[in-house]
Amino acid sequence: MGKPLIHRSPMPGLGLSMGVTLTMLSLVVLLPIGALLWKGASFGLGNIWDTINRERVWAALFLSFRLSLFAALFNLVFGVLLAWVLVRYRFPGRRILDAAVDLPFALPTAVAGIALTALYAPSGAFGAIAKEFGVKIAYTQWGIFIALIFVGLPFVTRTVQPVVEEIEREVEEASATLGASRGHTIRRVILPMLAPAALTGFALSLARAVGEYGSVIFIAGNIPLKTEIAPLLIVIQLEEFNYDAAAAIGIAMLLISFAMLLAINLIQVFSRRRIGYV
Amino acid sequence: MSDARPIPFRPATEETPATRLALIGLAIGGLGLLVFGPLLIVFAEALAQGWRAAFAALSNPDAASAIRLTLLIAVIAVPLNAAFGIAAAWFITKFDFRGKAFLITLIDLPFSVSPVVAGLCIILMFGSNSLLGGWLVASGYPIVFALPGIVLATMFVTFPFVARELIPVMIEQGRAEEEAALTLGASGWRVFATVTLPNIRWALLYGVLLSNARAMGEFGAVAVVSGKIRGQTATMPITIEMLYNEYLSVAAFSLAAVLTLLALLTLFLKTALELRHADQLAAARRH
Repeated sequence: MGKPLIHRSPMPGLGLSMGVTLTMLSLVVLLPIGALLWKGASFGLGNIWDTINRERVWAALFLSFRLSLFAALFNLVFGVLLAWVLVRYRFPGRRILDAAVDLPFALPTAVAGIALTALYAPSGAFGAIAKEFGVKIAYTQWGIFIALIFVGLPFVTRTVQPVVEEIEREVEEASATLGASRGHTIRRVILPMLAPAALTGFALSLARAVGEYGSVIFIAGNIPLKTEIAPLLIVIQLEEFNYDAAAAIGIAMLLISFAMLLAINLIQVFSRRRIGYV
Repeated sequence: MSDARPIPFRPATEETPATRLALIGLAIGGLGLLVFGPLLIVFAEALAQGWRAAFAALSNPDAASAIRLTLLIAVIAVPLNAAFGIAAAWFITKFDFRGKAFLITLIDLPFSVSPVVAGLCIILMFGSNSLLGGWLVASGYPIVFALPGIVLATMFVTFPFVARELIPVMIEQGRAEEEAALTLGASGWRVFATVTLPNIRWALLYGVLLSNARAMGEFGAVAVVSGKIRGQTATMPITIEMLYNEYLSVAAFSLAAVLTLLALLTLFLKTALELRHADQLAAARRH
């Protein structure tokens, strides 16, 4: 016989905690997602494909995933840099900088959206400077890129920071005594140690960016085929009470995000195995 | 050899001062463009026509009703999520069962679902077009475009926060203390109240803090299910959007400033918790 489903335990509250957990999980998360999949199933695979296979939908999906990938890559580099600076260097204002990294978690996305737009619009403080150089940020793909960087900013820093704290100096000293330059030590010793955590942060940042709506729609301009993101397309379909089309695009987004997360998980398993620790 | 200058000592495990300065500069510059800039502009725009105009915007009936609604939603959704988080953490850390990793994955699911898709799911489940929703509307209990739908959408997006903070802390603390209390004859609730709760209170507060910030600020999921009825289902973020789209900049940024102050308060309390009770949160910050 295999293992029992639930091991006997003297701990109290099995029924209550299991009941509350499964009931609330079903009611709030699983049944609604099930309703989406059910809607998709009754709409039919062929119809879903016909809905997605239009120029405007492809453009929105491609834009959302491409810019999210770029923003997550930017956050990967900048997040590791921030984690390093915040842990290793001592300078005035470090605490404030450390707390500021979390602002995108705490600031409502609609507030971030209008604030970024006010700053980066051609009439705004930063937008005016960019305009001098002939660059338009708000109402272009650059604006979407900046908003997506903003919402994903804390993830890499927060996953990498504890790992940097735990690096033992002896490892770096050993590398230095063996004749490695500082740059060589960072590339071959330190960065590989940070890689798994950085990848976790990258995946979280990517997942967040792909689904982001509030901070993007204000700065995007929302021009079909150019600056229209996939979540906005769902909202437009819903406003026209076109639930089938909304469900089709929603399912496509779910599937692509899960495929990406799965791929990142596989890379992570592989990189952890290669580096040799969990 | 006579005029050899001493080479300044630099530990081999440190970057050159120039590199350090450059990296610190990049960090400050990047955060300035992305975080401090937006933070300042919210208050600058809110006060563009003076304090009086900002306060007038906040006492407008629609704004006042939005503030009340947002508080009401947080008061309902956050305790429910805290109760779920405690139950789920207890179930997961105090018992051994098959499929535990899968259950944790399911609890984390809302993190990888777009808020807009979350709202869409709730509409498809409870909207008047669905079987269940049609029956509920007919019996006089509409969910979508009403308060229950907004609460559900808020709970969906904040669902994992408390559980995710508690599970690592409770795994680290193990079961020995609870088992000792049980052996001494304490009842289940007494064990929870006098043994478990004191151990997890700071982690619980941390989770509630994050979940509250998200609950009050959620936009995408709420925008889809609320129907945006002024004075009835328009939360603070929804009202900000409506005012902004009507070019009422001062009014929009005044409400935004209130939410920004809330965000700053959240960050302050979060930082204070991390400084004071790092040992009881530590597990959560390790990945």
